[in-house]
Formats: sequence, structure tokens, C-alpha cells
Amino acid sequence: MSEQFRTCPQSGLVFHKSAETLIKWNAVAAVVFLAVGGLLGLLVVLTRWPAVHLLPADLFYQVLTGHGIVTLLVWIIFFEVAVLYFCSSTLLRCRLATPKLAWLAFALMLGGAAITAVAILQGGSSVMMTSYVPMPAAPHFYLGLILFAVGALIACFIFLGTLVVAKNERTYEGSIPLVTFGALTACIIAIFTIASGAIILIPTFLWSVGYISNIDPLMYRIIWWAMGHSSQQINVSAHVAVWYAIAAIVFGARPMSERVSRGAFLLYILFLQLASAHHILVDPGVGTEWKIFNTSYAMYLAVLASMVHGLTIPGSIEVAQREKGYTNGLFEWLRKAPWGNPVFSGMFISLIGFGFIGGISGVVMGTEQINLIIHNTIYVPGHFHPTVAVGTTLAFMALTYFLVPVLFRRELVLQGWAKWQPYLFGIGTSLMGLFMMGAGTMGVSRRHWDMAFSGSAFSFEYGGAAYMMMGLTGIFGVVSVIGGASFIIIVVGSILFGKKIEDKSEYGTARPPVLQMAPPAPAHHGSGFVAPGTFVLALVFLATFVVYYFLNWMYLSSVWPMS
Amino acid sequence: MSALLPPSERVWGNQPLDKVEGTWILIALVWCLFMFFMMPYWHVFGKQNYSGEAYRTTPQAFSAKVDAMVDKYTVRHETAREFPVVRPPAGSDVYLLGRLWDWYPILELEKNQTYRLHISSMDWQHGFSLQPINVNAQIVPGYQMTLTITPDKSGEYTIVCNEYCGVLHHTMLGKIYVVDR
Repeated sequence: MSEQFRTCPQSGLVFHKSAETLIKWNAVAAVVFLAVGGLLGLLVVLTRWPAVHLLPADLFYQVLTGHGIVTLLVWIIFFEVAVLYFCSSTLLRCRLATPKLAWLAFALMLGGAAITAVAILQGGSSVMMTSYVPMPAAPHFYLGLILFAVGALIACFIFLGTLVVAKNERTYEGSIPLVTFGALTACIIAIFTIASGAIILIPTFLWSVGYISNIDPLMYRIIWWAMGHSSQQINVSAHVAVWYAIAAIVFGARPMSERVSRGAFLLYILFLQLASAHHILVDPGVGTEWKIFNTSYAMYLAVLASMVHGLTIPGSIEVAQREKGYTNGLFEWLRKAPWGNPVFSGMFISLIGFGFIGGISGVVMGTEQINLIIHNTIYVPGHFHPTVAVGTTLAFMALTYFLVPVLFRRELVLQGWAKWQPYLFGIGTSLMGLFMMGAGTMGVSRRHWDMAFSGSAFSFEYGGAAYMMMGLTGIFGVVSVIGGASFIIIVVGSILFGKKIEDKSEYGTARPPVLQMAPPAPAHHGSGFVAPGTFVLALVFLATFVVYYFLNWMYLSSVWPMS
Repeated sequence: MSALLPPSERVWGNQPLDKVEGTWILIALVWCLFMFFMMPYWHVFGKQNYSGEAYRTTPQAFSAKVDAMVDKYTVRHETAREFPVVRPPAGSDVYLLGRLWDWYPILELEKNQTYRLHISSMDWQHGFSLQPINVNAQIVPGYQMTLTITPDKSGEYTIVCNEYCGVLHHTMLGKIYVVDR
């Protein structure tokens, strides 16, 4: 059987038939789960909004468990599998390795997600995404997660296999493209993550059915978070790769320096998995040296990598725009960017939200001592919503706007609405995160049904400001959900009802032409201060970072002395 | 579209570095190293740290210690459920347990005195969240966390549980009173 390929006339991308179908189905599954997870998120928001307080306690915890698993794991990993297949098969113009196994992976992930969903719906597994032992969940809660992880692991190896096929069959010249390199980083971290997940979830499953008498809760936390946090590092690598891809797609931007960008990805591979420690900083039984080394990703070398990407991606856009003649002042290149194109605006809001809110708050709360005044407060979800929902989810949304016409050969419907969607979702979620951080600073807990503590033997009242922050969290949470729902409506509407793109893009058995190396950079590259506007933005970022960092040390120094 | 294409040089490691990138990497690296050394610095010179002191324990062994302290130093009872208020001597070892869904007992401490506060859980994981100063710690069953604290302001403090522990998690509160001598 000979492999079939088609070339997309709009984008020039070459799709392998089996790969294309798999990319579509994984992306569709992802979007469906995003819709479910977003709906659950709405219920969480409406319960934590003190004036609304929608759900009863048991249902709230059930919904919150579902929201965490569906959005943080299922939606994102399904989409990442699509990204992995795209970055290997499509970008390298190569047949996908073992498509049949890829369908097995898809079935395992879908089945696993369904089994865990059933466990949560049955009500006996409202244990939060983290399922900290010794609080028990039903055995099939863990089993579903394990099956899902096995499926994802198979997909990772198919990605690696496709890289090998591409190399052996010489479908490209030179080295793999930067975006594929970023996907490779995500894949390596994913394998580490899934291995950690297996090491802890398999014994926990055996414990839940009675084969193992005891799981040490501290060991559980350390290993579980080697999965729980590292899975978010898959996202970071994947969405950074997507940022690079979108800069290339929209602007034709070339990386400022392949060496720097790839070096930064390499730092991710080396250090990003140490972040398990972020959740253990105020735990008993773990040494201070371990905490400091791990929480800082070995002297913040992974943070350095993110700061590098945060400069080189807008920097490459600036260079590309200046080459097009937008050279006035520091920021004409940015002002004249296509802000009405959701592919660009989604990507850029994702980058800013991830850096300024998610990134800074993450480093601050991951500082060993500062964690004392943040651990388990609602500051924590205030950090990770801008990180994951704005950083990863919005970047994936932006990529989807590009992929729908390319993959499904349908024009986007509701284009006027699509223009606004990244702003609604990105700014809504960012502000929600900021107000959660504010409430957390005032001591409001995460994963907590009632900040008024009704029914307790004691009473305690948070100040009016904390209530106001939670009210604003509710309002902007709803804005964020409206933004998310808009995305679902636009994308699903486009796939089902979008105007068909009539082009000559038929499958054929001819081998696609070999992917050529990029043309050499123009002479000015590497010879001067080519992206001054971006540099100024980076300095603004650094100043924000420094001020906020010291502000938190100041808060810390005002509490009881302790050691 | 060169991020989507193989790099123009076969050996991408030799590509030149732009000045913007080089300068930024240097600045970012300095800041990263500064933040790293801030943590050991604060352990030596700062006043708010958790040293990591902890011991293995069991619910039985730990609750025996709590009960011994309650028997010896209870000064009165409070709330409808008659929680003991315990006032251990200044400078002593103080025990606090978390269980579904209480912090037990109520503690009464003297301002500006140093105590060794031992906390553990009888059942599931709990979160020790002291309000309104917002100091937080993870309480793990089987482990006894030992914090050396010096309350420096008098008043009524509330312990909120901020690790999800079941359907009545939101009712799990406790109290620490800090009194002037």
C-alpha cells in the first residue's frame, strides 16, 4: 500500500492522509472535552462567587474534580497529540509511523477519559484532580487515568518513530525545524511525566482495590507532582513551539537565532521537570536543600529559558515587521500587527498573559519561603489559570483558527466574532487570575466551598476586600467562560457549516518534494540591536518582576517569626 | 516561515548571537541567580522560614501527646462542643492535631514567647492556614511537622483548613489566641 499525501494550496503544508485524519480526530476530541471542562469551570466560578454560591458542597467538589481533570489533562493532552502528529508528519512531509497504533492510542485515551468520567459522575471519587492519599477514590478513577496515560505514551512514541522515519527516508534536509524541536522537547517531558504518573498511579490503583495496604502520603505527593506539574511543562514546551509556529505563519518570522531558541528548549528538557517541588515547599519531611534546588529548577535555569523565548518570539516578529518597513519608533511593528486576526492576537495575548501573570506569579510563589504565605490559597489557581488557560489553551485556540481552514477545508464562520474571541477569553481569564491572586493574598482558600464557613463550631470572617476580590473573580470568570464558549461555537460551527474551500488539494501517491533548508538570513542578522522595541518590553517585564518579587518578601517579613 | 523549516545552516550551533539576545540572556541570568541565592540568604538572615524539622509519627502516638498536653494545661472550655482551651507554658512544646473536621485543641499562647508547635493529621491530608496573617503549611498523616513560632502580635487567630478533606471541609476551623502576658 502506498502512502497518500496532499498539499494544501493555501499554506503549502503537506498532509499524510492517515496523519491528517488522526490530527483531526484528536483535535475534535480535544475541543469537545474543552467544552465539557469549560462548562464545569462555569459551575465552579458560579459557586465560588459569594453572591451566587450556586452548587451544594458535595456537587461542587464533584464538579471541581471533573473540571481539573478534563481541562488540565484531557483537553490539553488530546490537543497536544494532534500537535505532535502535526509537528512530525506534516512539518517534515513524512508518513506517520504506525497509524494503526495511533488509533489504539486514541481509543485508549478516549476510553480512559470516559472511565474516569464515569467514576467522577458516580460521586464516589470527588477527590480533586490530585487524589491525595489516603483519601480514597473508586478504583476505576485511577484505572481510567492510567489507560489515558498509556494512550498518550503510545502517541509520544509514534511521534518519535515518525522523526526516525523522516530521517531514514530523507524527507527533509539538515536538522528538524525549530517548531518540531519544541514538540520534541514536549514529547521528552511527556514521557518523563507519564512514567512518573505510572509509578504513583499504578500502586494507588492497587491500593484502592486492596492489594497494597498503605501508600505513604508524602511519597505520593512528591511523585504525583512529578506528573502533575511536569504535565504542565509539556504544555509550556508545546505552546512555546506553537508561538514560534504562529510567528512564522503570520509574519514569516525567522527565529532570531536557532542556537538561542534551541538552547532554551534544551534547558527545558534538563530542568523543567524539577517543578514537583513547587507543591512540597511547606511539607514536612523533605529537606530544605532539596526544596531550594528543585523549586528553582536548578538556579532558575528553566525560568531563564522561558525569559529567552519571551524575548526571541516577539523579537523575531519585530525583525520580520521591520523588514516589511514598519520601522518608525520603537513600536510601529507592534501597532501595525494584525490585531484583528485571531491567530495573531490569540498568540500574542497568550504570550503576554503567560509571561506577565502566570510566569511572574509562578516564580514568586515557588520561592521557598514566600510559599508560606501562598500555599493552597486561591492564589494558586490564580497563578495557573493565566499560565494554562491563557498560556496554553489560548495558544492552542489561536493555532486552531489557522488549522480549521487548512485541515477541514472550511472557512471560519462568524469571523467578526472570532476577532474578539481571544480578547474576551484572554483578558477575562487574566483578570480572573489576578483577582484570585488578590483574594489568595488575603488568605482565601482554594478548593473550598464556603468562605463564610457556615456550619462550623467557630466563626471567622474574611474582610470585605476579600469578598470583593472573589466577586470580581466571579465576574471575570464568567467573561472567560463566554470567551471559551465563543471559541467552541466558532470552531464547531466552522467545521460543520463553514463554507467549503474549493481548491485542488487531492490525495496522491506521489512522494512529496523534500523539505528544503530555510534560505540564509539577511546580512543584518546578528550584527546589531535588531529588536529594540522588544528589548524595551522585556525590560518592562523585568521591572514588573523585580517589584512584585520584593513586594512579596515584604509581605512575608511582616508575619510571625518562625523557623 | 523558517521556524517551520530546517535551519539554514546544517550546524545550527554556530549561528551568531544577536546583541539584543545576548544582553537579555545576561540580564536574565543575573536575575535568576539573584533569586536563587535569596532563598539560602533568607534562611540565614530572614526571620520567616520553615527549617524542615519533621518526624515520623502515627495517629495514636501523636494524639497521646495532644491528650497529655490537654490534660495538663486546659484552662477553660469554649463553644457548644466544649473544646478545651490549652495554655501551655511559654517556651514549651505545643501539639495541634487536624482531623475530619476539627483542629484540636484551642491554643492560648503568650505574645513574644517562642513555642515549638507540632502539627499532624489523624486521618487525611489537611492544610494549616493561619488567618489573618495567612501562614500556610501542608499537614500530612504519619508526619509530625515542627514549626518554631514566635507570635509577635496579640489577638485571635483562626486556623482554616485549606487542603480539601471531604464534604465538610469548609467547617474545619480552629483557634489560636495570642495574649499579652
